[in-house]
Parts: sequence; C-alpha cells; structure tokens
Amino acid sequence: MSDTGYSVLEKRLLNEVQHGFPLSTRPFAELAERFDSDEQTVLNAYRRLQDEGVVSRIGPVFRPNRIGVSTLAAMAVPPQDLERVAACISARPEVNHNYERLHEFNLWFVVTARDTQELQAALQAIEQECGYPLMDLPMLEDYYIDLGFEIHWGDD
Amino acid sequence: MQAMTPDLSQALIAEIEQGLPLCERPYAEIGRRIGCSEEEVIAAIQRLQCEGDIKRFGVVVRHRKLGYRANGMVVWNIPDERVAELGRCMGRFPFVTLCYRRPRRLPHWPYNLFTMVHGRDREAVAEKTRHLAESCGLRDADYRILFSGRCFKQRGARYLGRALEEPTGDCSRAR
Repeated sequence: MSDTGYSVLEKRLLNEVQHGFPLSTRPFAELAERFDSDEQTVLNAYRRLQDEGVVSRIGPVFRPNRIGVSTLAAMAVPPQDLERVAACISARPEVNHNYERLHEFNLWFVVTARDTQELQAALQAIEQECGYPLMDLPMLEDYYIDLGFEIHWGDD
Repeated sequence: MQAMTPDLSQALIAEIEQGLPLCERPYAEIGRRIGCSEEEVIAAIQRLQCEGDIKRFGVVVRHRKLGYRANGMVVWNIPDERVAELGRCMGRFPFVTLCYRRPRRLPHWPYNLFTMVHGRDREAVAEKTRHLAESCGLRDADYRILFSGRCFKQRGARYLGRALEEPTGDCSRAR
C-alpha cells in the first residue's frame, strides 16, 4: 500500500506538519514556501486528503483532562448483542472513539465531557440505555509526549 | 494582548477542536465566526500551547487509511512503584502513540499501564510489543495485547463543541 498514489508533496504534508502547524496569517502559503509549492496546491491537497478520510482534521490535540474531562470505558458484551450495543454507544455525542477489541471486555470507548459531573452522568446514561455495566478507567498519569505519528511509506 | 474572556475562549476551542477550515486565512475565518480578530485567535492558540493545554497542533491522520490496519492496546500489569519509570521508557518509542497509567479494577482487571501500538498487521504489532518489553527490561512482564476488531466510531474529542452537528471543515470547497 505504501506508495499508492501519494505525491511527494502529499507525503510531506502528512508527515511533516503533525505538530507545529504554522500560526500565521497565511499558514498554507507558509507551508507552500517550505515545500516548494503554492498555496492553492497545498490547500487542494489537504482538501482531498480530508475528503478521502486520510486526514481527520488539522487542529489541536488537547492534553487529557485540561480542557474538559475524559475517560476510557470498557464493556463485556455477548457477541450476538455487540452490534446493537456498539450502535447505542456510538450514538452518544460524548463518545468519540468506539472500538471492538478481541478480549472478554470486547467494547472499548472514550467518553468526553465538560466536567466530572457531566461525565459521570453520561456514563450512567450509557449503562442504562445500552444495557450492560461498564468499567471506568480514567487516565491517572500521561507518559507520552505527542509529536504525531511517523508514517513509513516503504516497508515498515 | 489580553487573554480572551472564558466564553470567547470556549467558543474558540469549540471551533478548533473540529479542525481548521481549509481556506487561505483559517484563523481570520474562525475569528469571524466567534467575533474576534485573526490576531486574537492566533494569540489564544499560542497561549493554549504555551500553557500545555494543547499537546500538539497540526495534521491528525487516520492510521487505518494509511495502511496501519492493526492496532494493539497493550495493557501491562506493572508494580505500582515502577509504573512511572516504565511508562516514561515506553512513551519514547516512535510506534507507541499513547502511554497512560490507569487504575486497576480488581479482580477483573489487573492492568495499570496502557500503551497503543500501531502496525501494518497483527504480527507487526506483536513484534513491536516484544521489542518494547525487551527494551524496557520486561521480558517476563504480565501483559496482554488487545487487538482492534471493528471500528464503530472515530473522531476527534469534542469537549465543548457542537457535538450533534456534522463538522464544518471546509469554508470554501471551490477551487
């Protein structure tokens, strides 16, 4: 997959701007200058990458529990009921990630809210509406300095 | 420049957590939406960065779309007195994208350190995890890799945002 269809410019736009996106009046023009391109080409490349879903967004990654609060929750759901419960959980606006994982606790999701009170209310609502108890695993300490994720285009 | 009022600051966060509009002057566009100047938007984002509320500001990619089809949430049962040291050790590896301490929930859940490991497939994730364990002196550690199955939902966190609306990423799609 590695080299399917991404230009040199697109690879650089994906890999080299995961942190330190320019905070200037014309950020895309600034990137264009850095990458020897022009503003419209850079903008169009990002529009395409975002339309294709490769780029989720250009913006901030917040440090956990600084702007709002969040937690990781897990549920053990019988396989035959997983689809329904997953849809029930995904429908909640407070949920941003919701994954199946191969374990007895097979549904894992992240819940965010403005404050602890709202978060606890959301967790209770999820248990009641979706029908199973959840395990609440809030972050206690963060050891990771987020500099983005380096994409290797060749082999891994 | 003065700090924004709390209301304005919340409005700004609600805008930027959905992603910058893809237009020539995205900060001016955000300022227009929330009622302040481009300079104030830029200064406020800089302040959020300086104060450590923002970890990074840039392109957020979706790993799966780039061929990293497997991710493993690796959960470790580490003695409490060593968890900070080992967490810092693991957090330095380039293929680790999250490294958190979380509470145990005994008796069902003894694991207190969580790392996210991405790879092209499950074997690559398992190999990287072995490498991680050995590099941090944890060859015999009690750990489990919880591989991802179906992805039901994935988007950025919206702490304050207009969570019920679709994101309005693009202020001018026309070329």
